[in-house]
Amino acid sequence: MSDNASSNNKYWAANIRIITICLIIWAVVSYGFGILLRPLLSGIPVGGTDLGFWFAQQGSIFVFIALIFYYAAYMNRLDREHGVDEQ
Amino acid sequence: MDQYTLNLLIVGASFALYVGIAIWSRAGSTAEFYAANRGVNPVMNGMATAADWMSAASFISMAGLIAGVGYANSTYLMGWTGGYVLLALLLAPYLRKFGKYTVPQFIGDRFYSQSARLLAVVCLIIISVTYVIGQMTGAGVAFSRFLEVDVATGLWIAAAVVFVYAVLGGMKGITYTQVAQYLVLIVAYSIPAIFISLQLTGNPMPWFGLFSTHSESGMPLLQKLDQVVTDLGFTAYTAQGDMLNMFLFTLSLMIGTAGLPHVIIRFFTVPKVADARWSAGWALVFIALLYLTAPAVGAMARLNIIDTIFPNGPGQEAVLYEERPDWMRNWETTGLLKFEDKNGDGRIQYYNDKAAGFTEAAAQRGWAGNELEINNDILVLANPEIAQLPGWVIGLIAAGGLAAALSTAAGLLLAISSAISHDLIKDYLKPDISEKGELMAARISMAGAIVVATILGLNPPGFAAQTVSFAFGLAAASIFPALMMGIFSKRINALGATIGMLVGIVSTCIYLFTYLGWFFIPGTNMLENVPSNHLFGIAPASFGPIGALLNFAAAYAVSLATDAPPRHVQELVESIRIPRGAGAATHH
Repeated sequence: MSDNASSNNKYWAANIRIITICLIIWAVVSYGFGILLRPLLSGIPVGGTDLGFWFAQQGSIFVFIALIFYYAAYMNRLDREHGVDEQ
Repeated sequence: MDQYTLNLLIVGASFALYVGIAIWSRAGSTAEFYAANRGVNPVMNGMATAADWMSAASFISMAGLIAGVGYANSTYLMGWTGGYVLLALLLAPYLRKFGKYTVPQFIGDRFYSQSARLLAVVCLIIISVTYVIGQMTGAGVAFSRFLEVDVATGLWIAAAVVFVYAVLGGMKGITYTQVAQYLVLIVAYSIPAIFISLQLTGNPMPWFGLFSTHSESGMPLLQKLDQVVTDLGFTAYTAQGDMLNMFLFTLSLMIGTAGLPHVIIRFFTVPKVADARWSAGWALVFIALLYLTAPAVGAMARLNIIDTIFPNGPGQEAVLYEERPDWMRNWETTGLLKFEDKNGDGRIQYYNDKAAGFTEAAAQRGWAGNELEINNDILVLANPEIAQLPGWVIGLIAAGGLAAALSTAAGLLLAISSAISHDLIKDYLKPDISEKGELMAARISMAGAIVVATILGLNPPGFAAQTVSFAFGLAAASIFPALMMGIFSKRINALGATIGMLVGIVSTCIYLFTYLGWFFIPGTNMLENVPSNHLFGIAPASFGPIGALLNFAAAYAVSLATDAPPRHVQELVESIRIPRGAGAATHH
């Protein structure tokens, strides 16, 4: 039982770690590149405007999709490794 | 065939399609109503979730708001997509494992408290009614245009149709109807965008057309747009916005998405925990097909409108009122587009008469103020007419707008009525109520919610998407923190969660009502809604994250000062964190 509990704790810690990484990327592309850091990116031209504008209107959406699929694949593997997947 | 008949035909055909699919798919699955999604693959389920999610705010209103302001309204694009990341990572898999059907049930069980559950029901009702006001506003605009009546009449027609649609009820739960609605919605949105992108840039992909070259001038499209809008005294389309409010507003929409009961419910019914993760991803893919097109629709429509009014460029004479195009005449009947010949020259001068430094130039040209007022909510619906596209495209966009508004409104009304009849009356006030009585209570609460939303929709607190964004602020401040703390903390107890939700919803409501009127009734606001009155410059619609922060802080402070939750609740939290052992979702 204690083995099981410590494995579950490791599973949860690994989950929290990947959630944190994904949410940092999530925040950097939208709140960072799209809003707060836009002035810093103003030198990079994209189709008549700058990179920050692109991230705000389209780029962050592409990243959001990639993040969800990455997380789903990662967690499904983690579930199996820790033996907590649904059979 | 005239446009009016064509519109009726196309809208009628789309409704016949939904009803037909509902009847066809019902035959085999009446008994499995709630488990209907279990046999459906995650891609189909994602499409249905996308239809459920995209409402009048996304379809009818959003591109118009982006068109009117430009970059600063990118907040809607990021906010209404980024929330799915939070859903997939922080809530969906765990709520699926928990395996009950409603958000108040989860809150009631996790916080082992009937009052926490009741408070969640109250929050749910406040959020959903606010959301429905926005849907009614959008549906009213759509009906007023295609039935050629004024906007108030359009709103009452919309109310009647929504009522019939929502009372038909079960239709909403059938995934294939929503798949059909999604297809109608996305085709209706994309076709005019493709045509317009071809006309303006020669690029058939609006996503890329936005960042390519304007064929007529040879300049990049966005630079051309910046130039013509600044020539008329407007802020440049790509100009920097107010960073604080953009940040908070985007955050409000994102965490609000993850706190909306009718969205969360979709993830309760997928077959497995792994599917809850995937289906959030697929839903976002289908949502993105519209959201990546929307900024192109906004920018290109703005350029087309200015080009219609100033056919030879903003430096030359404006168009004569008598020679105005048909789309302007059509929208004048709805009252959503108004012309007033202030300088009496018979031409339509459209410019920013509030811009400092531009008034002199305007006066020199003999202009006596802006003469054209265009409601932002008409832009997407008028878009095919502005670009002179064929009649069937105009009918199609009306069908798409109505699909978006009606499907979401019906879903919300079902959420409201089941919260009142089931969570409130059956489980709390009157447990011995008969099934018939419960159904009657559900219908009455639905009718009540429609009447309230319609009356408030006559003088809405904002454009459809703005009103809807208030609902997101309320969800962000109340439901999301409670759910997240319920999963990620074992220490938060009943009293903490209850006080947290109370602080979140009350502070956000008070902040909204102070500037927008008590219960959104016009004229009852205590302070005028202008930036100089806002606390620390925070706009009412951006207050959600502040409410959420107050919620988190209050819940932690109170929980730490009182006893930890009982052992069985801590075990419940342990168990929802692990996918293994998730049975089929059970209904109460």
